[in-house]
Amino acid sequence: MSDHAEVLDTSTGLDSRKLAIWTFIGSECMFFASLISNYLVHKEQWMSGPGPFPHEAWTDPATGKVLEPIIEVPLVTVGTALLLFSSLFIVLALYGAQRGRRGMMLGWLGATIVCGLFFVGMQVYEFTHFVHKGLTLQRNLFGASFFTLTGFHGTHVTIGVIWLITMFILALRGQLTPERSLKLEMAALYWHFVDVVWIIIFPVVYLIK
Amino acid sequence: MAHAAAHEEHEAGHPTPGTYAKIGLFLFVLTALEVGLYEITYGEHAGEFGHQIMPFFIPLLLGLSAVKFALVAMFYMHLKQDHRLFSGVFVFPLIIATIVILSLVVLMAYHWAFATGG
Amino acid sequence: MATTVLDQHRVHAAHGEKTGLWSWITTVDHKRIGVLYGATAFFFFLLGGLEALLIRIQLAKPDNDFLSPEAYNQLFTMHGTSMIFLAVMPLSAMFFNYMIPLLIGARDVAFPRLNAFSYWVFLLGGLFLNAGFLFGAAPDQGWYGYANLTSRQFSPGANVDFWNMGLQVLGVSSLAAAVNFFVTVINMRAKGMTMMRMPMFVWMSFITQVLLLLAFPVLAVALILLMFDRFFGTNFFVPAGGGDPLLWQHFFWIFGHPEVYILVLPSFGIVSEVLPVFSRKPLFGYAAMVFSGVFIAFLGFGVWAHHMFATGMGPFADTFFSLSTMLIAIPTGVKIFNWLGTMWGGSIQYKTPMYFSIGFIAMFIIGGLSGVMHASPPADTQQNDTYFIVAHFHYVLFGGSIFALTSGAYYWWPKMFGRLLDERLGKLHFWLMLIGFNLTFFPMHFVGLNGMPRRTWTYPAELGFEALNQLETAGAFVLFLAFSVFLVNIVKTWRGPRNAPADPWNGATLEWAIPSPPPEWNFAEAPVVQGRDPFWETKRERGGRLPEPSPGTGAGIHLPNPSYWPLITAVGVAAIFAAIMLSHKTGPWGIIVAVSILFLGVFNWVFEKGYSEFTTPAQGGH
Repeated sequence: MSDHAEVLDTSTGLDSRKLAIWTFIGSECMFFASLISNYLVHKEQWMSGPGPFPHEAWTDPATGKVLEPIIEVPLVTVGTALLLFSSLFIVLALYGAQRGRRGMMLGWLGATIVCGLFFVGMQVYEFTHFVHKGLTLQRNLFGASFFTLTGFHGTHVTIGVIWLITMFILALRGQLTPERSLKLEMAALYWHFVDVVWIIIFPVVYLIK
Repeated sequence: MAHAAAHEEHEAGHPTPGTYAKIGLFLFVLTALEVGLYEITYGEHAGEFGHQIMPFFIPLLLGLSAVKFALVAMFYMHLKQDHRLFSGVFVFPLIIATIVILSLVVLMAYHWAFATGG
Repeated sequence: MATTVLDQHRVHAAHGEKTGLWSWITTVDHKRIGVLYGATAFFFFLLGGLEALLIRIQLAKPDNDFLSPEAYNQLFTMHGTSMIFLAVMPLSAMFFNYMIPLLIGARDVAFPRLNAFSYWVFLLGGLFLNAGFLFGAAPDQGWYGYANLTSRQFSPGANVDFWNMGLQVLGVSSLAAAVNFFVTVINMRAKGMTMMRMPMFVWMSFITQVLLLLAFPVLAVALILLMFDRFFGTNFFVPAGGGDPLLWQHFFWIFGHPEVYILVLPSFGIVSEVLPVFSRKPLFGYAAMVFSGVFIAFLGFGVWAHHMFATGMGPFADTFFSLSTMLIAIPTGVKIFNWLGTMWGGSIQYKTPMYFSIGFIAMFIIGGLSGVMHASPPADTQQNDTYFIVAHFHYVLFGGSIFALTSGAYYWWPKMFGRLLDERLGKLHFWLMLIGFNLTFFPMHFVGLNGMPRRTWTYPAELGFEALNQLETAGAFVLFLAFSVFLVNIVKTWRGPRNAPADPWNGATLEWAIPSPPPEWNFAEAPVVQGRDPFWETKRERGGRLPEPSPGTGAGIHLPNPSYWPLITAVGVAAIFAAIMLSHKTGPWGIIVAVSILFLGVFNWVFEKGYSEFTTPAQGGH
């Protein structure tokens, strides 16, 4: 791997930009930890408010109407799988970029972007669907915590997609040579981080009652 | 900027696309296990067995996620092959993050349990 | 980004523009950015001081109506917020910027444009925070913004929003700078400078960056949740909707406690630089100083709820946090003994920087002692929300940080500005500050224990607080005198010739080996280091003080080009938060425009033609 073998004149021999993206990722761990804490902390509290709820049905005391549990695991599982595979795809894209294999780089990078777009699409669909069923930011603490946590994650994914599209354009123009592949590596690390955060959010929000 | 001659040796220790794909498949299987675990414990296919494993549900689920997390971090993010500094820069905040999450959950649960009138 | 093309043409053209507003707006030179931070921070510090004077005038008499309660609330909120975020932190940042590259023998920080970005965002954040004054709606909810006073119900005006948005903008600045300095310290040290050979200021600053990286995101989330409550109708901290105001306090203090170490660790570092030079003796117990700093930072994440002893968390929480808080006194004590050990047996040079550093030690000990008293929950239940706490934190933040920062200012002034500050005026400044400070804050221990509450605009005459409060106000005006002397000193010496020697104090570290002020490229040749106190070592080898160094011509040295995209990007960041505040008027369009500016800035920054940056510290020939 051309970047791993390259020893720079820095104190550690490592590239400062790669160190910078990891440092940023470390900081982002605390950001998402706070959002996840907020979600978990409110889990105890929202059952006393109005529904809809994620895993339990709720009967409106005023009208007697029953609101079914709002979480739909199949759809989210598809999104989760897409995001996981996108991590695989970008690793392959980077592998190609570092070896000057343009077709491999472009193909897998394109696949990553498509997966990312589908994930965002799934989230948008899910959000709209939930709102239709009566769950908004204001409705109850579940709505507030859910939309805040997954919304910020989704925003991070969107920023990642824009970053990757930019990389794709650079690659098309032949500017992602092996010597310059660190740019893609940085984008990939960010992308993996976003995936890894979802690896935690998925069970915590969708599978744990 | 010097290119180390160890380029070739490094290649030998490095994961191949095949390895990456296998890990990807494994991640998919782990996800399927997570969802499967959910389905048999709380989902439409919940049954007697699901009822028995309920107390182990959260640890099992989080354990599966932890394995997925570690796989992506170590192999896809290359932490296993890279300089230890990157692992340190990632793991230390993770430790603090875990402490913060656990503390907040414990403190607020305790607070709500003892608060009079809620 | 990183290319190996030496764009000499642009470098020379850029170097031609050394003066003028445009050169300052587009600068990416760490020294200039440091000066910008310092000047801006000093301005906000004086503003915060003015706010304090107004508070003290109001409190000089019981039942006073010099200020209305609303005005008083705004003043104490802005005083605290400004001093913490707009004065102490950026004054430390001035030294991070100017001195860290010099101390480690580098030409600049790892990411010069990111550095400029941090400054511009800080400036915009500071203006944002103070903009509330223009609308008669300055923040008034206390610097810690406790919920649910901050809810729409109890704070319907824009005051809280100026505070919330202003702090979020400032958070971006701090995080960007933290990434930058973290990477700089790890990756840009001179050859031979291992981590355990770095100057102590660099170590303490490095630990501070780690704290910033881990603590500010928590504040960001807390502010976001509050913003959602106020703008999007959520109920995170609203009891009526199932929320809990206590959650705010937890989030805030998980940030807030590391924040106080962010405020004081750089000052520890400055004192650790000054004491050895003015004792003519190396720092005592280098390794212990490093490890105690690391321990304080790590443990600092485990003590936060000592700010919440009066909220009824229960005996387990109280005990745990009480123990961890008392534990953190140990590494702090280690540092104090090591500073004393540094001076013991040394040849003390009675110069102004040394006065302030010794003053720091004495004042910080007092502040630390009252801090240990707060660590006991039953004792704190009486002390909390009284002036006893106000006394404590002013002793550690003013007697601590400000004394140390002033010491650093006198110490490094000749290096930064090529002029020595006047010694007699400096000593006068010191004595006025020491006397004024203690007159103002020592009586607060007494009125506090006697029950005078914080954050209250007045007090009745029967409580007997008047005499000491008058003394405190008199002390505040002595402080005003002290800072006036400082200003006179600055102006007087500024008018004088720029003839400070490179090494006026017989310094131990690399910055004293280059001219005062340094040339743009800092070191003509990248230094090589063989141990701690490298410049003392060099002088020892060469048999004494060295002649004035020549700056060199800078030929063949490649420096990053100036750029205005960091400023544009910073405007985009601030605009996003302004747009959220105005969203009831502009709808989503304001945010869309702001995000567009941000994207414009970022894309042009990343793809700037002909720009080349450092990826290695020695980059630039020689």
